[in-house]
Amino acid sequence: MARRIEIALREGVRDARGERIKREIEHFLHLPVNAVRTIDVYTVDAELSEDELVKAASEPFCDPVIQVWSTDRPLAAGFDFLVEVGYRPGVTDNVGRTGREAIEYIMGRPMGAGEGVYTSVQYLLSGKLSRTDVERIARDLLGNALIQRFVVLDAAEFASQGGVPAYVPKVQSQTHIQVREIDLEVSDDELMRISKDGVLALTLEEMKIIQAHYRDPRVREDRLKVGLGAKPSDVELECLAQTWSEHCKHKIFAGTVQYEDEQGNRQEIKSLFKSFIQRTTKDVREKLGDRDFCLSVFKDNAGVIRFNDDWSLVFKVETHNSPSALDPYGGALTGIVGVNRDPFGTGKGSKLIFNTDVFCFADPFYDKPLPSRLLHPRRIFEGVVEGVEHGGNKSGIPTVNGSLVFDERFAGKPLVFCGTAGIMPATLNGEPGHEKSIKPGDLIVMTGGRIGKDGIHGATFSSEELNENSPVTAVQIGDPITQKRMFDFLIRARDKGLYRFITDNGAGGLSSSIGEMSGECGGCRMDLEKAPLKYPGLDPWEILISEAQERMSLAVPPENIDEFMAMAKRFNVEATVLGEFTDSGYFHILYGDRTVAWLPMEFMHEGLPPMQLPAKWVPPRHEEPSVEAKGDHTADLKQLLGALNICSKESVVRRYDHEVQGGSVVKPFTGVANDGPSDAAVVRPILDSFEGVVVAHGICPRYSDIDTYHMTANAIDEALRNYVAVGGSLDLVAGLDNFCWCDPVKSEKTPDGEYKMAQLVRSNQALYDVCLAYNLPLISGKDSMKNDFYDGATKISIPPTILFSVIGKIEDARKSVTMDAKRPGDIVYLLGKTGNELGGSEYLALRGAIGNSVPTVNPEKALKRYKALHQAITDGLVASCHDLSDGGLAVAVAEKAFAGGCGISVDLGRVLWTGDDATRNDAVLLFSESASRHLVTVRPGNREAFEAAMAGNCFSSIGVVTEEGIVTVTGISGETVVKAGIDELKEAWQSPLREL
Amino acid sequence: MAKTRAIVITGNGTNCEVEAAHACRLGGFDEAVIAHISDLLSGDVRLDDFHFINLTGGFLDGDDLGSAKAQANRLRYAKVDDLAEHLIDQFTRFIDAGKLILGVCNGFQLMVKMGLLPALNGSYLKQTATLTFNDCGRFQDRWVYLKVDPASPSVYTKGVKKGLYLPMRHGEGKFVVDGPATLAAIEAKHLAVFKYSDAAYGQPVMEFPLNPNGSVNAIAALCNETGRLMGMMPHPEAFVHRTHHPRWTREELPEEGDGLALFKNAAEYVRMNLL
Repeated sequence: MARRIEIALREGVRDARGERIKREIEHFLHLPVNAVRTIDVYTVDAELSEDELVKAASEPFCDPVIQVWSTDRPLAAGFDFLVEVGYRPGVTDNVGRTGREAIEYIMGRPMGAGEGVYTSVQYLLSGKLSRTDVERIARDLLGNALIQRFVVLDAAEFASQGGVPAYVPKVQSQTHIQVREIDLEVSDDELMRISKDGVLALTLEEMKIIQAHYRDPRVREDRLKVGLGAKPSDVELECLAQTWSEHCKHKIFAGTVQYEDEQGNRQEIKSLFKSFIQRTTKDVREKLGDRDFCLSVFKDNAGVIRFNDDWSLVFKVETHNSPSALDPYGGALTGIVGVNRDPFGTGKGSKLIFNTDVFCFADPFYDKPLPSRLLHPRRIFEGVVEGVEHGGNKSGIPTVNGSLVFDERFAGKPLVFCGTAGIMPATLNGEPGHEKSIKPGDLIVMTGGRIGKDGIHGATFSSEELNENSPVTAVQIGDPITQKRMFDFLIRARDKGLYRFITDNGAGGLSSSIGEMSGECGGCRMDLEKAPLKYPGLDPWEILISEAQERMSLAVPPENIDEFMAMAKRFNVEATVLGEFTDSGYFHILYGDRTVAWLPMEFMHEGLPPMQLPAKWVPPRHEEPSVEAKGDHTADLKQLLGALNICSKESVVRRYDHEVQGGSVVKPFTGVANDGPSDAAVVRPILDSFEGVVVAHGICPRYSDIDTYHMTANAIDEALRNYVAVGGSLDLVAGLDNFCWCDPVKSEKTPDGEYKMAQLVRSNQALYDVCLAYNLPLISGKDSMKNDFYDGATKISIPPTILFSVIGKIEDARKSVTMDAKRPGDIVYLLGKTGNELGGSEYLALRGAIGNSVPTVNPEKALKRYKALHQAITDGLVASCHDLSDGGLAVAVAEKAFAGGCGISVDLGRVLWTGDDATRNDAVLLFSESASRHLVTVRPGNREAFEAAMAGNCFSSIGVVTEEGIVTVTGISGETVVKAGIDELKEAWQSPLREL
Repeated sequence: MAKTRAIVITGNGTNCEVEAAHACRLGGFDEAVIAHISDLLSGDVRLDDFHFINLTGGFLDGDDLGSAKAQANRLRYAKVDDLAEHLIDQFTRFIDAGKLILGVCNGFQLMVKMGLLPALNGSYLKQTATLTFNDCGRFQDRWVYLKVDPASPSVYTKGVKKGLYLPMRHGEGKFVVDGPATLAAIEAKHLAVFKYSDAAYGQPVMEFPLNPNGSVNAIAALCNETGRLMGMMPHPEAFVHRTHHPRWTREELPEEGDGLALFKNAAEYVRMNLL
């Protein structure tokens, strides 16, 4: 019988969780509520004695100083409504898992099959609320109906039924395991129905390729030998759907594009990936010659570059957009712990040293109606921020760099970029750490979590637009502790050389990880019946494609298996042998003795012809707003400082541990009051060395409204100029590209596909041009191509977005520079020229305009200047350095001043200008977002040395740091155009998101 | 010559083991061993062989049952494989032998919930205080000023002039006690080693963000009456070099960070008293 343990706070103890809920109900739902108290509930479904139950309740579950406990007796009292929120069957319940372990320690034995502990939380609401109000609070704030269930009771109901009855959310599993055969000898309509109903996301063309494969007499003959009929099994069809999904196969980047530019020039591009991304790296590496530092690019879960003779750096950035749209907390948590597995599963495995996060949301204060199924941007904001907080902090990986970007179109799909870097020994047991192999006969081993129905169809569902029928099972909740335990174990197994190959289980689950691993040696034989399950009753196809989290797949040589398994047991990590790798040429899957899938490796990996993608570039023309100098621009500056894309994100950033692991050098916030925005992060991964890793990023989706070529060029430049600003070396720096696009494939749903595809081509062209000029090899990346919402009536497409991340080195981290002005009297320099480039700027956005004059990047000139600046930084000549981006010079000056607690006065007349003199005015000089510029301060004593270091580059001294905390800008006609105290500027910058 | 030996216990969600071991070495320990809890439970590593236990920061078991609760339960009930004892017996023996334990952040939470602190009148394993959710309701990473109580019996704070500047990084750091008597005893015996204060280390402060969690009497650290057991929410191992300081690019700072003093004092104490 299930027993309920309740844990409540003692009388008089502050309920911080309840208070937060109360605040959110008031701020967010505008409902009157007097008080919210909370009670934790553990439902124990296990055979245990009364004494054991009491011990569990009173010891691990209850903190006697602040809490009271009860068993099978409700503690709730003094409320108007009670809401109890628990998980639905099968949803990961981390607290329940820990509660179960705690009880097992008390019992001195493990719980049996089917036994378990489940958690829920009671919210006791007091106030003048109706049942409808409370149901809305439950649905919109306390939980997510996709993964959670609610009980709502008023005080009278609660009294009459004697509390909330015990409920066990156990998966009611089917007892009959089945493998179905699917008849593909049907009409085209029927083929599409099979694809659509099964969330296979296969096109008609792809379905017909599969149909043709099964018609092949040789294939039929082959199948007969292993006891299979002519029809594909559901295991095979599901496996192909995963392997061929856009998410796993990157069909758009691999497709053949017919591109036509604005002059009608036509060009056939065979694979954007090969033609631009891979070629960038290849050509940069050739240019670098013996200074090439790339070790492993594109072929593994993450890219690997050299750090020094003993260590290599690993970096990967992923997106987890679709799951975050459905369940922001679980989606984002899974995103961060998921990307952790990429560097961990690269080469022979790496230790994780930092995370980076970039989120793109719609305005959290959005107050217009939204299509059904879309969550409010504020809800997404809260959930994503908290999910990444829990994932990152609990994993013990510092979050050192990130951004929040806002645009109304991200209401359709939020973008959740999570990056993780690792460090690995350059050599492990005599072999390069970044290399791995599989030999036929090696055992297939899965470690970590168990398999459930969670995350089924994650890969295929994210390969479609978000719609009303997006599957519930695609949502999952990560478990950082299970993963951390596994990593603790695997890193030791790595050092002992117990396995030969490691990779993560992400999208597509085992079908993907074992499918790819089988490609290394030419086949596999795997028994799905051996896989450990969270609960019985999964069909073989579900086991194969489940994306249940916290799992790694390994190839373990048979001679090491005993030691490997014994060590796993000691570390309390589940490890299971599922089969062996072969060189048979077949992906051979069994369930017990029965063959359930028999797929030729070649068909799986090479069977898909490239997509044909039309692309036509027609440059958009936007209305050109007139930008006039208007005397005083102080109000403009304050308004800009308070714009969502510019304002302080400190309330979010402080929720992330950015210092754990003890190597923090440049933190997210800097300056006299620890609150100025750093340009990039510097960390020392090896504590007895001063060699530092520098990480930065650039992202500017607004420019896509004008031209994605320049959007991309500016994102790359922004990343590199941020990197250079803190002291990153230009001799060892690599890039990662993350494309998040709206669907660019022309179809009924996407009539403007040719334009969107052209945007993708142009973006790739910029990637090649700019990275080659900057000597930036691309080492890894990811694309997410279906970031649209469509419910049949409303379509919301995100602006095409590139997140460009850079990772590199600073030889001596003690030379790092921060952005805050240091002392009065220091000279202020602006490096780079300013032009009339307000197109897509924050300044025009505030006025509701886009314009056309998007900033352009001249990478040759910029690189020369960056190199000179780096030398000046290395020589200790630079007191502070800040990049210019959103909001232009005015915002950079203000940030530098208030971060340093000093004033700054600058003269726009001394700013170097490029372009038509007729458009040069104070507003443009203040707010233009021209690329490749830095704002630097230099001690007067270093003036000559600094100017000598920068000689031959465009730069000018434009002002001075002042004692009095006032920012003063003199316009080109000699009048003051901005004058404001740093305190009021800082307040304008800090206030918008302070309370979030 | 006998060696000074520190152990850092890791596993199940500890996160700060590497920098804690690094701080021990910088502080003068001859050895600083990072031992996984499975090494302790298997009997391969025994606490008896060390002088200084570091219980470091992290999220033991995800803090799922409340910070460090599951680990306190594990230490109480888990048996060491080949010895007929619970792990807690090794801890008790360690304390009785006059050795040192420093708990930081999650480690402090663990010590308080195991009853190792404040352990008034030597009553170990009786919980009389706790660390709970910050008043602000959120995890916070920010630097705090910690005013030292020069009259405290802590063996870790010798030579600390006014106080230390260290980062705090937690969501459950609000110190509370089971009643006024406990608080009065803590104050009377000078067991509140550090209190959140203003930048001049002048007065204890209750206001956010200087006091980031709302701890009663602004208590940030606690020792027992012997001074050998100490726990603190802020992280001394996170400030052992000037480049850890958030303003190192603008202030003239000594090469060594504030937090190192605690580890130096621990090593010195071991050398003088336990070898």
